[in-house]
Amino acid sequence: MTLSTDQLLEMYRIMLLARRLDERAWVLHRQGKIAFHISGIGQEAAQVGAAVALRRGHDWVAPYYRDLALMLALGLTPRAFMLSLMGKLGEPTSGARQMPSHWSLRSANVVSHSSPVATQACHASGIGLAIKLRRKDQVVLTTIGEGSTAQGEWYEAVNWAAIHKLPVIFLVENNVYAISVHQDKQMAVASAADKAAGLGLPGASIDGLDPVAMYDGVASAAERARRGDGPTLLEARVHRLTPHSSDDDDRSYRSRQEVEAMKSEDPLSLFHDQLVKQKVLTQAAAEAMDAQTREQVEEAVTFSLQVPYPPAADAAYPVFVEDIRHG
Amino acid sequence: MAEITLIEGLRQAMDEELARDERVFIVGEDVGPRGGVFRATLGLFDKYGPDRVIDSPLAELSIVGIGIGAALYGMRPICEIQFADFIHPAFNQIVSEAARLCYRSNGEWTAPMVIRAPYGGGIGGGLYHSQSIEAFYSHVPGLKVVIPSSPHDAKGLLKSAVRDPNPVLFLEPKKGYRLIKGEVAEGEEILVPIGPARVSRPGRDVSLFAYGMMHHYALQAAGAVAAEGIDVEVVDLRTLAPVDRRTILDSVRKTGKALIVHEDNLTGGYGAEVAAILAEQAFTDLDAPVRRLAGPDVPGVPFSHPMQDWFMPDPAKIAAAVRELAAY
Repeated sequence: MTLSTDQLLEMYRIMLLARRLDERAWVLHRQGKIAFHISGIGQEAAQVGAAVALRRGHDWVAPYYRDLALMLALGLTPRAFMLSLMGKLGEPTSGARQMPSHWSLRSANVVSHSSPVATQACHASGIGLAIKLRRKDQVVLTTIGEGSTAQGEWYEAVNWAAIHKLPVIFLVENNVYAISVHQDKQMAVASAADKAAGLGLPGASIDGLDPVAMYDGVASAAERARRGDGPTLLEARVHRLTPHSSDDDDRSYRSRQEVEAMKSEDPLSLFHDQLVKQKVLTQAAAEAMDAQTREQVEEAVTFSLQVPYPPAADAAYPVFVEDIRHG
Repeated sequence: MAEITLIEGLRQAMDEELARDERVFIVGEDVGPRGGVFRATLGLFDKYGPDRVIDSPLAELSIVGIGIGAALYGMRPICEIQFADFIHPAFNQIVSEAARLCYRSNGEWTAPMVIRAPYGGGIGGGLYHSQSIEAFYSHVPGLKVVIPSSPHDAKGLLKSAVRDPNPVLFLEPKKGYRLIKGEVAEGEEILVPIGPARVSRPGRDVSLFAYGMMHHYALQAAGAVAAEGIDVEVVDLRTLAPVDRRTILDSVRKTGKALIVHEDNLTGGYGAEVAAILAEQAFTDLDAPVRRLAGPDVPGVPFSHPMQDWFMPDPAKIAAAVRELAAY
C-alpha cells in the first residue's frame, strides 16, 4: 500500500511534535522544572513509520522508553507527556507513579512497561500467543534498543514466537549505543537482524531515518503475521542525537565529530526535504506547522505547570486489583 | 466424599477451571502429553488439547513472561515451574512485572495469573530440587503467595487462585503430593478463599504456626505431645501474602506462646515476619519468647540421607520444640 499525501503529512506532523516536545523536555530539565528526561531525538522516523503500519486500537504494542514519537502516533497527548515529565496529578499512564517515558495506553492496546530492559519482549510473545489461541487477526509490535537484545529475556521471547509462529514484530531500534557502550561490545554480528538466523525467523535491517521505508518494512511484517506465517525481526538503523538521558554526558564516550556527522542525517530534516522535493509540503506550510506545534507544546507545558502534584496518600494504592479506585 | 491425594486435588482444580473458563490455559515444561514430571496435569492434554495445555521451551523466565503477556490480553494462564528451585530466572518477571503491573499502571493493567511451583525438601532432591522459596516472594507487595497443606485446600485454593484478578504464586509441598490424603467433597464447587489462615487443631497451651508439609508434621507433633498433657493449637497459615494477622494474634492471645515452623532456612525466613507481628502487636500477651524452628542456615538441603535428615524439621523436632516452649 502506498501512503497518501495526508498520511505523509500526518507522519511529518507527529515527528515534528515528538521533536519539539523532546527539545522542550531538555529545556525544562535545564530550568530545573523536571528531574529527568530520556530522549528519543533521532529515532522519530523509525517509530512513526512503524506506528502508521499498525491498526491503532486493534493491534497491540509493547514499547520501550525511547518511543515518544511512536506513542504520539498511537494517541498519547502532549499534555499526558508533560504531566508524566513533571509527575503531576492525573498523569494518565501511571498516576505519576512511574518515571517519565514509561508508557502505557490502554485505549491503543499499549501495555505498561518497566525499567529492566527486555521484559516487554516476553509480554509481546505472550500477547501473540493469546491472539493465536483466540484466533484473532491482531498483531503485536514490540520495540527495544539494540543493547537490550543481549538480554536472555529477549532471546526467550523471540524463540517462543518463532516456535509457535506468533504474530509478533520484534523491532530493534539500533542507535549503536547502550548508554555508553558501542555496538561492537554488545554483539558480534553486524546487524541485530542477523540474530534472527539462529532463532528461525526472518530478519531485515531497515534505514530507520526513512519513515516510509519503515512503514513498508513493518507493514509487510504485519501482513505476514496476520497471514499466520509468524514473527519477523526488524532492525531500524537510527541515530541517538542526544546523551542517553538527562543524567548522562556523552562527551565522555563519543566524539563531537561523530555526533555532528549523525546530526547531518537528522531524520526530521531529511523527511522535511524529501516532502518538499516531492511537493507534498511547501516551506510555508512547514513553517506554519512548526509554529502550530510549538504552540501545542507550550499549551501542554503551561497546563501541566499549574496542575498540582498528587496527594501523598495516593501512593498507598493500588497494590492489588481490589484496591483500584476509579474516577 | 472421596479420599484423594494432594496432587489429585490440584489436578481436579485445574480440570474444573479449564472446563469452566476457556480463557484458562496451562503452560510449562512437560505439562503436555507427559502430564508434568509430578503428573499434576496428567490427562489434561488429552482432554483439552494443545491450545489449552502447552509444553514450553526449557526456559523458566519466559514461562512466566509469556503468561504475563497472555494475562494482559485477557487470558487466565496457569504457569507451571517444574521445581521451585528453578523459578529464580523468572524472579524479574514475577517481581518487576507481574507484581507491579497493577500499581505502576494505576490499575489500568493487571496480571491475573497463577504460577504453580512444587517446593520443599525431604525427597532426596539435594540443593536444587528441595528449595523453599516463599520468603523471597512473600516480601513482594502485589503478589499473593499461597501454600496448601491438604487435598481440600489444594483444590479449593487453586480454584480461587485461578479466579483471582491478581498474580498468585501457588507453592505446592511436593513431598506431600501423594503422602497427604484427605476427604474432598464430590459433585460440589470447592472454593477456599485466599487470605484466611485456618486453625486446624484448637488448643490452649502453645500456638504452632506452619504451612505446607510442615503443617502436616505440626499436626503429628501436636498429637504426640497431647498424650503428655500439652494442648497445642495448630494454625495452617495457607496464605503467606497477604498475611492473616488476626488469626495469628487471636491464637497467641489465647495461648501466650508461639512456635513457627518452616523448612526454609531460618534467617530472614517467613517465621521472622510472624515473630515480628507478635512482638509488635501481642507483646503483652506473650508468656514466653517466640520460638522459630526452621531449616539451618546452610546453602541448601544436602542429598545424602543423614545430612538431609539433619536439615529437615520433622515431627520429632517439632514435638521437642513444643515441649521446651510449654515448659518455659
